[in-house]
Amino acid sequence: MIRSLLSADYPRSRVVAAILVAILVALALAPFLFPGARSLAVAAKILVFILLVASYDLLLGYTGIVSFAHTMFFGIGAYGVAIASTRMGPGWDAIAIGIAFALVLSTLLALVIGLFSLRVKAIFFAMITLAVAAAFQTLASQLSEFTGGEDGLSFKVPEALQPSFELFEDTVLGASIDGRLLTYYLLFSAVLALFLLLLRIVNSPFGRVLQAIRENDFRAEALGYRTVVFRTMSNVLAAMFATLAGALLAIWLRYNGPDTTLSFEIMLDTLLIVVIGGMGTMYGAVIGSALFVFAQSYLQDLMGWISGSFEAVPLLAALFSPDRWLLWLGVLFVSSVYYFPTGVVGRLRARAPARGLS
Amino acid sequence: MSDAPLLALAGVHTHIGAYHILHGVDLDVPAGQTTLLLGRNGAGKTTTLRTIMGLWTASAGQVRFDGQDITKRATPEISQAGIAYVPESMGIFADLTVRENMVLAARGARDADAIDAERLRWIFELFPAMQKFWNHPAGLLSGGQKQMLAVSRAIVEPRKLILIDEPSKGLAPSIVRNMLSAFLQLKSAGATILLVEQNFAFARQLGDTVAVMDDGRIVHRGAMAALVEDEALQGRLLGLSLGAHQ
Amino acid sequence: MSTQSQAAAQRPAGTAERPAAATRSRTPRAADVDRLPWLLVPLLALLALPLVGSLPSWVTLTVAGLAMGMIIFIIASGLTLIFGLMDVLNFGHGVFIALGAFVAVSVLGPMGALTGSASMAANLVAVGAAMLAAMAVAGAIGYVFERLIVRPVYGQHLKQILITMGGMIIGEELIKVVWGPEQIPLPLPQGLRGAYIVGDAAIEKYRVIAVVVGLAVFVAMLFVLNRTKIGLLIRAGVQDREMVESLGYRIRRLFVGVFVAGSALAGLGGVMWGLYQQNVIPQMGAQVNILIFIVIIIGGLGSAGGCFVGALLVGLMANYTGFLAPKVALFSNILLMVAILLWRPQGLYPVAKR
Repeated sequence: MIRSLLSADYPRSRVVAAILVAILVALALAPFLFPGARSLAVAAKILVFILLVASYDLLLGYTGIVSFAHTMFFGIGAYGVAIASTRMGPGWDAIAIGIAFALVLSTLLALVIGLFSLRVKAIFFAMITLAVAAAFQTLASQLSEFTGGEDGLSFKVPEALQPSFELFEDTVLGASIDGRLLTYYLLFSAVLALFLLLLRIVNSPFGRVLQAIRENDFRAEALGYRTVVFRTMSNVLAAMFATLAGALLAIWLRYNGPDTTLSFEIMLDTLLIVVIGGMGTMYGAVIGSALFVFAQSYLQDLMGWISGSFEAVPLLAALFSPDRWLLWLGVLFVSSVYYFPTGVVGRLRARAPARGLS
Repeated sequence: MSDAPLLALAGVHTHIGAYHILHGVDLDVPAGQTTLLLGRNGAGKTTTLRTIMGLWTASAGQVRFDGQDITKRATPEISQAGIAYVPESMGIFADLTVRENMVLAARGARDADAIDAERLRWIFELFPAMQKFWNHPAGLLSGGQKQMLAVSRAIVEPRKLILIDEPSKGLAPSIVRNMLSAFLQLKSAGATILLVEQNFAFARQLGDTVAVMDDGRIVHRGAMAALVEDEALQGRLLGLSLGAHQ
Repeated sequence: MSTQSQAAAQRPAGTAERPAAATRSRTPRAADVDRLPWLLVPLLALLALPLVGSLPSWVTLTVAGLAMGMIIFIIASGLTLIFGLMDVLNFGHGVFIALGAFVAVSVLGPMGALTGSASMAANLVAVGAAMLAAMAVAGAIGYVFERLIVRPVYGQHLKQILITMGGMIIGEELIKVVWGPEQIPLPLPQGLRGAYIVGDAAIEKYRVIAVVVGLAVFVAMLFVLNRTKIGLLIRAGVQDREMVESLGYRIRRLFVGVFVAGSALAGLGGVMWGLYQQNVIPQMGAQVNILIFIVIIIGGLGSAGGCFVGALLVGLMANYTGFLAPKVALFSNILLMVAILLWRPQGLYPVAKR
């Protein structure tokens, strides 16, 4: 059963498997194991990033396409839910319609981008997606009547998911079963299901063709696979999963704005995680996201402490200031591209006992 | 003249990515002669030239030129050691004029005046088109003229060894005749040439020694005259009956 | 050393030369078609005239657009030559822009006497000093960037994109460490403010200077490219690096020089951009990045002339739409890029590669 659930894509390393199980358990039982609003927020963020980064891994790791427009689809999903809930009033139908519209829009955009840009060289494509994403972000902040502009949209979620909603009077195992908890489990089950679906996709014949194209597109074309079609499909699928991740984030935050989902920083974070975690592994997205979000939330405290101890030397204090989190991330990112290009998962797998010749 | 060949390959292997192209090539190119490298498509002839030139690095074996080991040297150094290379694609800089192409090839020259006048006159005699299109972008030349430019670049300065990859390919017979006479003049001037050719009728008039390649190995070595006379051998090595005329 | 690609081994022999021939042979008269992209600039300007309505406004906008275009050209020219020659796309090119601008802030700060003076000459001395300092610093950092970040990943496009992006993040954060994360004003020196009045139109003095400087850089670049041996090597290398090496030139040594020059130019552009906006923020590099990418795609990767035309078009477009329909300013440039790619899929002046 595990075999079919994981689509025969095993962790292939005891350490990786152990970490994955630990993360799974921690996320599954987060409200009970780590009570408190902040920890739950961190857990929810990890969940959303897992889905977002896994969808990006499909594009970058498995198909070999560098795109900077991924956060655009993330934003479309979030705005879909936000705008629908604002216009139609809170409710499950608003969410459903918002997601439906968002998926359609994402699919269309992904198709257009894919068909137009994938006929050009990879470098061109990367640059064009950069420009398109920037333009989209500007558009979102300017169509204020529609999207709430710079301030974004705050909206209400269906009753069952509202924080004030309580399923049971008493607390269960130390946590109250309120709307927050239910929302959390909605995210958890959705992300789990979608992640397993992604595993299924990358291990299918379709997924293997993508990898063949990534390795040598000339050859794939010569073998009869129309690479443009497969690449476009990969683009569309990745976009759809990212859209769903955005919708989930919006439901959790009950808010969306241009900086929440469309910012370049999120694109960079995604890129960082997928490279550090391990491109083309899917599990890299899980481990990488957990590591990243956790560090981002708690390590800044550490940096603040270090910075404080350098008060006498302004330059050092500034270097370690928690606001300069991104600097160290950048250094980690560049180092990982050089020194462990296969990412954490790849490195750990390489350490696993070799079966046969390398 | 010393007995040692000007260029010697010993047990050269070359890998391109995962592909093992050259499987231990042993080849001697004697000085002052024209050596012909024959073989069917995909046999590894171009790879051999590129390996000599350092464009692809040999994964095993040795390449010795003029008494030095050039196996691991960088391409610019190999060129400066005295080897000129005319690739199959000719390597013409299409946006540059014929003049600029030639200036680049005459390595020391800051501008055209520094190209040896005597040499330039000789090149213009061989290939009048070069003079005619001197200030025109090289991309405007016809295929045959581009080939002439490629060869002109290789001979604008005296070189110890000239590597040429399929110079007659796709050219009209009259141009091929032109090319042939140019090479014959080169030969009489004492040049050492390693020539890759599929056109046997062209090649047999130039080659002194011949080496035949198949599957990344040299499968036959000998004098050109011997190969020309032995039609059975031709058939076996080159897979077709070439005849004494074409 | 040299890239060993499986694809090259599999491509049928003899096709390599075709693309160069095809690019040339499809133009019936080379002279005519080569000039065509240049006509786009006056064409765009003329198209905008009826839309803008008033002539004086149009003149102001056009000069503004040309000025902006020149500055963008200065920045983008280095990037396109670097890519053409070295096959390296520096996604972090923007960091040199920001660096140049911030250096200018530091240099002009203590020069109050010169910048406060109404004499244009004094002002230009100060600005000139800022420009030289910016170019020196940007060039030096460019050298470090090339050695540390770019050199290890020659030939690997994916890693280049990732690493140069990472380099930009690091650079931007380091700028915040040194100068602080806030916006800093960069006021124009006294004598450079104000405008020339021509008829009804007001033409800002600084913009005229920008156009002059831009032209000077362009002319200098053309001189180096067309009249010097180094320029010859660059132009040849952009088309066929391997052949240049086969002719005996250590073209890799040229790489560093070109990279440093390109970074220095970006620094110069940064100073001018900062003065144009009259303020600097650490993110300005990332912001201008988008525009310069659009410009070099329009111009054709590796072509200085194409970059010039592309930059002018983008500058004009940004200013016209900024006046007519500010909300779609960035989009308009993307549409421009799409339109040009539909006409010439490799940009205005595709470099004939082997």
